[in-house]
Amino acid sequence: MNSDRRLSLAWSALESVEDPEIPTLSIVDLGLIRSVKPQSDGVLEVGLSPTYIGCPATEVIRRSVEGALRNAGVGAFVVTSVLSPAWSSDWITAEGRRKLEIYGIVPPQQSASSMRDILRQDRPVACPRCQSTDTECISEFGSTPCKALHRCRGCLEPFEYFKCI
Amino acid sequence: MSATLDRVDAQALFRYALRLGDLSLVLGQRLGEWVGHAPALEEDLGLANIALDLIGQARLLLTYAGEVEGRGRGEDEIAFLREHGEYLNAILVEQPNGDFGQTIVRQVLIDAFQLELYERMATSTDERLAAIAAKSVKEIRYHLRYSSGWLVRLGDGTEDSHARVQSALETLWPYTVELFAEDELDRTMADHGVAPRLSDVQVAWVRRIDEILAEATLKRPRDRPHSWHGKRGQHSEHLGYILAEMQHLQRTYPGARW
Repeated sequence: MNSDRRLSLAWSALESVEDPEIPTLSIVDLGLIRSVKPQSDGVLEVGLSPTYIGCPATEVIRRSVEGALRNAGVGAFVVTSVLSPAWSSDWITAEGRRKLEIYGIVPPQQSASSMRDILRQDRPVACPRCQSTDTECISEFGSTPCKALHRCRGCLEPFEYFKCI
Repeated sequence: MSATLDRVDAQALFRYALRLGDLSLVLGQRLGEWVGHAPALEEDLGLANIALDLIGQARLLLTYAGEVEGRGRGEDEIAFLREHGEYLNAILVEQPNGDFGQTIVRQVLIDAFQLELYERMATSTDERLAAIAAKSVKEIRYHLRYSSGWLVRLGDGTEDSHARVQSALETLWPYTVELFAEDELDRTMADHGVAPRLSDVQVAWVRRIDEILAEATLKRPRDRPHSWHGKRGQHSEHLGYILAEMQHLQRTYPGARW
């Protein structure tokens, strides 16, 4: 198998791995795959970034990645955890943001670098259902560490917001 | 392994990584006690998520400690099979949760400390610690946002909530001395650029804490001398109870895995 074919097999396998918490969103959409490259000994190295440091989904994702690569028949591979540079919500692709919106989760509204001092910083987050900006944060942490819980004062519906990090 | 080892004694780096890792581990375990007991579902989620991040920090730091030590110990062995006197966390984090206000006061004090420490450690000469710090600090900002937000609401809230958090602040303040008490190990790490000077961290910490306390209409207690031992492995009795619960499974079923 030539190396271009091998890489494209690997990438399409990775694109098929969904985030366990937000199905339809692939780990490629989330920007978790940092690199896919053959090492000198021919082993394909896949660099995977964890989102949050203690996110339990990290282990599940890793196992899914290994399974997908094995099924795709990319040959010998190794999945390495890439800690630095730290994963940022800025790395979510345009496709990823679109899928988040369809799923009813508001994608990050600011670049992570603008969040250095977030102690009292607040920006209105528009409701994904009625687009009203009259919303409030009701919990800094939602069902997963990456999301906050908001509520729309217009349509009264609660919704999730993917935090900038 | 990182190039810093050529310059810093491995045993010193091992102990330093334990200090950082144990702080996260013990506080994460403490916060976990709130799961199912917090005043509201949102607070249950908030404290549990912060605990999860702290355990994540501990995993990376204790794994690194094990590698530096070079005796083949992994994160689980280090976390679950050490004795009371081998934990090197500052004793502030092992203090009981008390009421929700006391938990929040402890959290603000530690979140602000971790924020100032890790922001500076992100440029450490030790690449691994720099990476862990840079990763952790992004999450710690959200921890402090949560804890300081609550401290402002409680401090600038009702007469009762104000009195409770002011009293918790008086109780916990003396333990903050240890966070900034510099010993030989802290000096060695700062000399090698592995960690920032604790005096620099303290200046920034006090400034940040003062801002939060002012907004919360709370008074910063007076500093007074306080003996400290946690970073040297001498702990309050509280740690024993924490370890009994935390280590029970691994000691009863050695090698148990998920």
